[in-house]
Amino acid sequence: MNIEQRRKERLDRGIKVRTDGLYALMSWRELSYLTLPRLVLIVGMLTLPFIMPSMYWQRVISIVCIYALLAMSFDFLAHFVGLVSLGGALFIGVGGYLAAIMNTYFGMPPLLTIPIATVVGAGICTLFLLPCLPLRGVYFAIVSLMYPLALARVIEALDILGGTDGIMGIESFGNRWVEQYFVILMVLLFLFGARRLVNLDIGLVFRAVKDNDQAVRASGMSITFYKAVAVFIASAMGCMGGASLVHIYMWSGISLLALDFSILPIAATVIGGAGTLVGPVLGCLILVPISELLRAFGTLRIVFYSLILVAFIVFRSEGIMVYGQRKYHQFERWVKI
Amino acid sequence: MSNQPILQVQEVTKAFGGVIAVNGVTFDIFEKEILGIIGPNGSGKTTLINCVTGFINVTSGKVLFRGKNITGRPAHKIADMGITRTFQIMRPYYSLPCYKNLVIPLFSPRAKRTGGWRGGGKLGDRDTVGIDILEEIGFERDSFVPYKIASTLPTGYLKRLELARCLALKPEIIICDEIFSGLSMSEIASMVPLIERLQMDGITLIMIEHRLRELFRVSNRILVLNFGEKVIEGTPEEVMADEKVKEVYFGSEKAEEVMSHA
Ligand SMILES: Nc1ncnc2c1ncn2[C@@H]1O[C@H](COP(=O)(O)OP(=O)(O)OP(=O)(O)O)[C@@H](O)[C@H]1O
Ligand SMILES: [Mg+2]
Repeated sequence: MNIEQRRKERLDRGIKVRTDGLYALMSWRELSYLTLPRLVLIVGMLTLPFIMPSMYWQRVISIVCIYALLAMSFDFLAHFVGLVSLGGALFIGVGGYLAAIMNTYFGMPPLLTIPIATVVGAGICTLFLLPCLPLRGVYFAIVSLMYPLALARVIEALDILGGTDGIMGIESFGNRWVEQYFVILMVLLFLFGARRLVNLDIGLVFRAVKDNDQAVRASGMSITFYKAVAVFIASAMGCMGGASLVHIYMWSGISLLALDFSILPIAATVIGGAGTLVGPVLGCLILVPISELLRAFGTLRIVFYSLILVAFIVFRSEGIMVYGQRKYHQFERWVKI
Repeated sequence: MSNQPILQVQEVTKAFGGVIAVNGVTFDIFEKEILGIIGPNGSGKTTLINCVTGFINVTSGKVLFRGKNITGRPAHKIADMGITRTFQIMRPYYSLPCYKNLVIPLFSPRAKRTGGWRGGGKLGDRDTVGIDILEEIGFERDSFVPYKIASTLPTGYLKRLELARCLALKPEIIICDEIFSGLSMSEIASMVPLIERLQMDGITLIMIEHRLRELFRVSNRILVLNFGEKVIEGTPEEVMADEKVKEVYFGSEKAEEVMSHA
């Protein structure tokens, strides 16, 4: 067939289905059309520990989940509230050190340290970042990047919290299955929670803070307050990750404040598709294992991240998830002209 | 009308570096009044209401709301008290459908207390209340207009949407910054009864306008600004007859020039 005699036709699959939940109940096909992607995601995540070839790779899954929490937190703040956060390391560090302190100094079990570190840690991070919330522009990014660097130097210089050696002897989850399923369930919980949140009325307010802050002020709402609420939610995700991480490694040290925690989630978000919340999780599932494979190259790995990032920004700036969603909701076929 | 003004602006001055945009302006406005503010471009009208609504800080002077000093309070607190404003450069949430535009102001603490424009202290479902407000302000309920994405609407509807955003808070004062500009004669003609109805509803209005004919029709009093200073304040008739106002609007030299050409 001559190329010129056909063209690609794009059809929109069931617009009705997506615009109104009620229609979805009308047929099994439409119902499965809506639930299938979610099902694939949930089942896929839950079977991951089984299909990993070794304990080493099972550990990698846990790390993927920690990064996924950070990446979702980045995507939530950047895309839905308009705050570009480079504070992944801050969240991990604060959550991690809090859990470490509670466990080693006060003998609290992970069952207590993780929820407390999540809430208290999020409160501390929000207080840290509060001064730059009324400002527009790059200040938030810069300040959130500076804190972990500064905290690491403070811990080093004052030799507190174990100094450069870190805090050792932290209780583990006890069982690697418990460990993996805990972090996997947390990722799913925060993912669906965050997606729910951004579709509620308060989610509209968050987006309004991003797109049109003057109108929000004119409506009698404090932008700083809503930014603080959002930062609290985002840092809770990160602190939860940090607290889990120290119980996984059974160790807490200044490498929790390392730049990787700030940078890799951003790369994962770009690759996976910004503004989808699922995309960043997908990005982490791709990037973190690759980064493990490249461990032998040491810090040279950063070159690799950069290359992937540049390639994606140039060729597929929308990210995998946005692309995939488009393909799923539309189907294409060749038609003769 | 009570004896105490609802809003008092006293000697308000605002300087941007060397430029004095507003210079010692004083005026009062009473409940249910419509005050028009006119003046040539750059005479400080927008700056003045930015000062009143807390969007910028005054350099000196005071603003009193029901006798209470509100100078220097943050903009969202002032809006929470019931002093709302529209923007000269419209600021709808372009990516949202119209009725969702109102969900955001309806989320505010003030809307929760008051229940929205017609609400009797209890706020219902925000989507429904939003559509109700849009209908009252001239969006046809049974058409698609309230459900359309804001960026696809013509200016006339967007101006109403600006007003609706204020009304969602059940305001005591609405300050309109050039709400008629960019509208056709017929759109203005349909807007005037709406303004009059808001007044009947007990809302106090301040209207900044360049469309003098329509403004003079609805206003109870007019304030004229020039180079940031108050030129005159009075009824539309007094202002129209005033020599200084003619000078401001045509400029004495320019007036002579026009005469000599004639
Ligand atoms: N943020 C600012 N910084 C510096 N100067 C400003 C600022 N805002 C306003 N001005 C100046 O203050 C003066 C008054 O401006 P303003 O916008 O209040 O005028 P206006 O009466 O609203 O004019 P228009 O009828 O064109 O809307 C102008 O000379 C303007 O250049
Ligand atoms: Mg103006």
